[in-house]
Amino acid sequence: MKLKGWKEVEPGAVIKEPGSAMKFKTGSWRSLKPRWIPENCINCLLCWIYCPDMAVKVKDGKREDFDYDYCKGCGICALECPGKKGKKAIVMEEEAK
Amino acid sequence: MARIVAVTGNEAVAEALKQINPDVCAAYPITPQTDMMQRFAGFVSDGKVKTEIILVESEHSSMSACIGASAAGGRVITATSSQGLALMWEMLFIASGLRLPIIMPVVNRALSAPLNIHGDHSDAMGARDAGWIQLWSENTQEAYDNTIQAFRIGEHMDIRLPVIICLDGFIISHSIERIEYIEDSDVRNFVGDFKAVNPLLDIRHPVSYGPLILPDYYMEFMRAHAEPMAKVPKVVLDVAKDFEKISGRKYGLFEAYRLDDAEIGLVILNSAAGTSKDVIDEFRNKGIKAGLLKPRLYRPFPYAEVGEALKHLKAVCVLDRADAFGGSFGPVFIDIAASLYPYKERPFLINKIYGLGGRDYLPEHAALVLDELAEIVKTGKVKTFKEYIGVRE
Repeated sequence: MKLKGWKEVEPGAVIKEPGSAMKFKTGSWRSLKPRWIPENCINCLLCWIYCPDMAVKVKDGKREDFDYDYCKGCGICALECPGKKGKKAIVMEEEAK
Repeated sequence: MARIVAVTGNEAVAEALKQINPDVCAAYPITPQTDMMQRFAGFVSDGKVKTEIILVESEHSSMSACIGASAAGGRVITATSSQGLALMWEMLFIASGLRLPIIMPVVNRALSAPLNIHGDHSDAMGARDAGWIQLWSENTQEAYDNTIQAFRIGEHMDIRLPVIICLDGFIISHSIERIEYIEDSDVRNFVGDFKAVNPLLDIRHPVSYGPLILPDYYMEFMRAHAEPMAKVPKVVLDVAKDFEKISGRKYGLFEAYRLDDAEIGLVILNSAAGTSKDVIDEFRNKGIKAGLLKPRLYRPFPYAEVGEALKHLKAVCVLDRADAFGGSFGPVFIDIAASLYPYKERPFLINKIYGLGGRDYLPEHAALVLDELAEIVKTGKVKTFKEYIGVRE
């Protein structure tokens, strides 16, 4: 993407495009990655409530997999996850290539 | 018809703010605040203005509230002084960086320590590079006139920057002078309606203020910020021309007093310029060609115009009512030195620090300085580049 020059930037750095934060992907900040284990998930959606970004996807009231473009690997979802019969539905794993 | 009144600087500036009737005023109500905001709060209580006044717990909060109200789309004012301006420091840069035309009279008073609330320019000098326009005022009339013009300058569509109006603590803010008030309707017509740019309250056009800008763009935003500043001097002169039509009073970027044929000259801000002009008249009567330059638009500083106005002199003394704890020259001196540097032939330049913490600046101080300049011209030698005057050994 070609970066704008100083004559093209918006005065006062005001952002006029709603929802443009979607374009700023922050997944690369992550060093720990949450893994969702559907068989341990009770669909309580606490992970969706606690996620400080929008990395937990929900469709028609059902938990879906993470959106790793925005997950920074903070681990709050894994901490809050009650799981099923003592087994967590979210575990944090080392990020590796 | 102008009304002729005997008022303090604070009363006059509060009157100007009343005539303009801004949307929001967020102010800290306790010292170092002066009675300017107390008077304005009185106008709010008496229903003389429709301003929403927010009395906050600190100056950091007052500037924060002003930033919010201005971004929301209102015409916003506050006022402060001394430590209050120092406490605002962080938020000053945010107001200017977001291009919010907040108007703020500053009653110039000293900074701690030691604690002192008297006339001194250290407060506004600390904010001189915060991206705010600064207009300085010699007397109550100028403080009133500058306040009215500040709205037109800061809110101009080519500018959209906040403005500080400086007036000397106590010497002007608390002393009574005879001045002329302009008719309310003339002031209102002159200032005009406020035009909001990207207001947060326009919910049909949602905007975000204050995003994170990383190294890939920060420098572009800072460079872009220099553009409206560069346009300020022209707007200041255009506004002054219009202002002359309603007031009969002329304003420029600075005042040049008996400077055209001068050989020695003083550069001095605010109230002390009045004292100095009397002494310059005495020297002229003795046949000594003395003159004075009093900056009005101090930020952005009109380097080229000031350099042109001073370059033909033989010796100039810049008097500063602010010091940097001895670690530097006074701030005005540094600017004058920069404005004269491009000239091959330029005057001898010396710096005197005077009047700190409300110490009186007397006619004999100006006379001593002018005598020293005459001596420098005669001998071609400068003994001391920077010195303190009016101080006990």
